[in-house]
Amino acid sequence: MPLLDDKVKESVKTLLSVLTRNVKLIVFTQEKECSTCMDAIVLAEEMAALSGKISIEKYDFGIDKNKTDQFKIDKVPSFAIIGATDSSSSQWKDYGIKFSGIPAGYEFTSFLNAIKMVSLGNSELSQKTKDALKTINKPINIKIFVTLTCPYCPTAVMLANRFAFENDLISAEMIESAEFTDLAKKYNVYGVPKIVINENIQFEGALPEDLFLAKILSA
Amino acid sequence: MDIFFEVPKDVKITSPSTDKLYDVIIAGSGPAGMTASVYCSRKKLDTLLITKDVGGQVVWTSGIENYMGYQYITGRDLSEKFYQQIEQFPISLLKDVGPCHLEKLENKFAVNCGEKKYYSKSVIVATGKRNRELGVNGEKELLGRGVTYCSVCDAPLFKDKIVAIIGGGNSALTAAIDLISYASKIFIINILDNLQGDEVFLDKIKNSNKAEIILSSEVSKIKGTEKVEGITVKNRKTSQIREIELDGVFIEVGLMPNSEFANNLLNMNDQKEIVVDCNCKTSIDGIFACGDVTAVLDKQIIIACGEGAKAALSAYRYLLGIK
Ligand SMILES: Cc1cc2nc3c(=O)[nH]c(=O)nc-3n(C[C@H](O)[C@H](O)[C@H](O)COP(=O)(O)OP(=O)(O)OC[C@H]3O[C@@H](n4cnc5c(N)ncnc54)[C@H](O)[C@@H]3O)c2cc1C
Repeated sequence: MPLLDDKVKESVKTLLSVLTRNVKLIVFTQEKECSTCMDAIVLAEEMAALSGKISIEKYDFGIDKNKTDQFKIDKVPSFAIIGATDSSSSQWKDYGIKFSGIPAGYEFTSFLNAIKMVSLGNSELSQKTKDALKTINKPINIKIFVTLTCPYCPTAVMLANRFAFENDLISAEMIESAEFTDLAKKYNVYGVPKIVINENIQFEGALPEDLFLAKILSA
Repeated sequence: MDIFFEVPKDVKITSPSTDKLYDVIIAGSGPAGMTASVYCSRKKLDTLLITKDVGGQVVWTSGIENYMGYQYITGRDLSEKFYQQIEQFPISLLKDVGPCHLEKLENKFAVNCGEKKYYSKSVIVATGKRNRELGVNGEKELLGRGVTYCSVCDAPLFKDKIVAIIGGGNSALTAAIDLISYASKIFIINILDNLQGDEVFLDKIKNSNKAEIILSSEVSKIKGTEKVEGITVKNRKTSQIREIELDGVFIEVGLMPNSEFANNLLNMNDQKEIVVDCNCKTSIDGIFACGDVTAVLDKQIIIACGEGAKAALSAYRYLLGIK
């Protein structure tokens, strides 16, 4: 069953018409015990059909061990967004941007913007933030728990993705709380967005750029 | 809720500039601010819309049945339509801003958003309202840990859990409806002797067999350390105390105006709503206000839209006078 209706497809097509470099959506799914895995594949295929710059790769969580390890996938469905670093697509870069669960609802905005950022090669962060991110010299993992009906959540997800784009040591993962209930329980997610940085820093709410940055710098 | 796919909102609109002097800056992009934007740009005013989010309270509303032209429309869809309408015009948009405030300078106004300032000849304040806090022990400490003001956002996190909704108006009843498909039990606790919300909502809630309504009672404490564990409820008539164990507290006790934007500048009533005349003029020439942030008694989408149009046309007349 298709996911995107014609009107949404039309807007997405316009939005994606500005893409410059190629982008790859890498989708991890499994056949059993994953009620939304089929939707994940459909969504990726529909996106690829809307822009010549988007291609997809599909892997099975249980079988394709190499890829699962390479992208540090520990749940399905999960999407990694990687981008070509030049116009001939001879090299690809993993910016550490992942979406776990279906990025529907308000998160579709985050998903589209992540694709756009990776293709255009611009995080649109302020120079001050970019400079501060350069000083980070240890791995930073940002988990952003969301629900698909939360209008605040994309602000947090998009900022985390921008941070990940700027520094290879930073990774960002949107996690759909209603899909991964055990994980939401483990991290006591009772309000979204809930952000967990390197397991030790946790907070709720979408902070502006400078305050979110300060949390990362203190991790 | 039906699955939907939200497409980003800054496709066609231009970025703001700190260097120029806009004809008008509109603060807030709920129904009032968005309508004002359309009217300003149709008058060819150089317009900057500065806002925390796009849509305002409408985005928090599941369904609307009293906006003319639609027998039923979801809040998200209506705000999407409003947005599509402003996108048709050449306005600048600055969104996701932190708290900004208004300053009056000689012959112009500045909107100060921390690091950056934007300048204009006139201003329309349309910053609306936000949820009122209950003001009890545990509320601030447990915010995001079971205490919430956003039922559309957080309802899915309370699957098979016990929750309480504090309040008795339409927002409280809408929150209850958002929660019916998730929570195992819903307490609705109201300080008054009855619920003030619409009968249609009440029927839905009663039919779910999940709700227990506790009237004439107030929550005196929200308990928990890492997360919400329970509440203390006191009956105002009998003074009887009841302890309830639960996982979530949804606070829906009314709204307060976002008038801090214009603090110490404009005349306000006791509730901190901006006082305006029937043409949306405030106590300072060149500053206009509209929608829920004003002292206009009724707070509805259609009213906010109408007031937004009036504020824009008043600003236009003011600018003709000074140009
Ligand atoms: C749960 C609920 C259900 C409702 N149901 C209905 C209904 O069925 N029918 C109906 O007609 N009405 C309904 N209402 C009321 C209706 O939503 C409001 O009357 C209307 O949204 C008011 O519009 P507004 O533009 O004045 O303000 P708001 O919608 O509050 O918008 C204010 C805008 O200002 C921005 N803002 C705030 N502070 C600042 C700042 N300092 N700087 C910059 N921007 C700022 C906000 O981000 C927002 O975009 C409902 C309200 C709620 C809460």
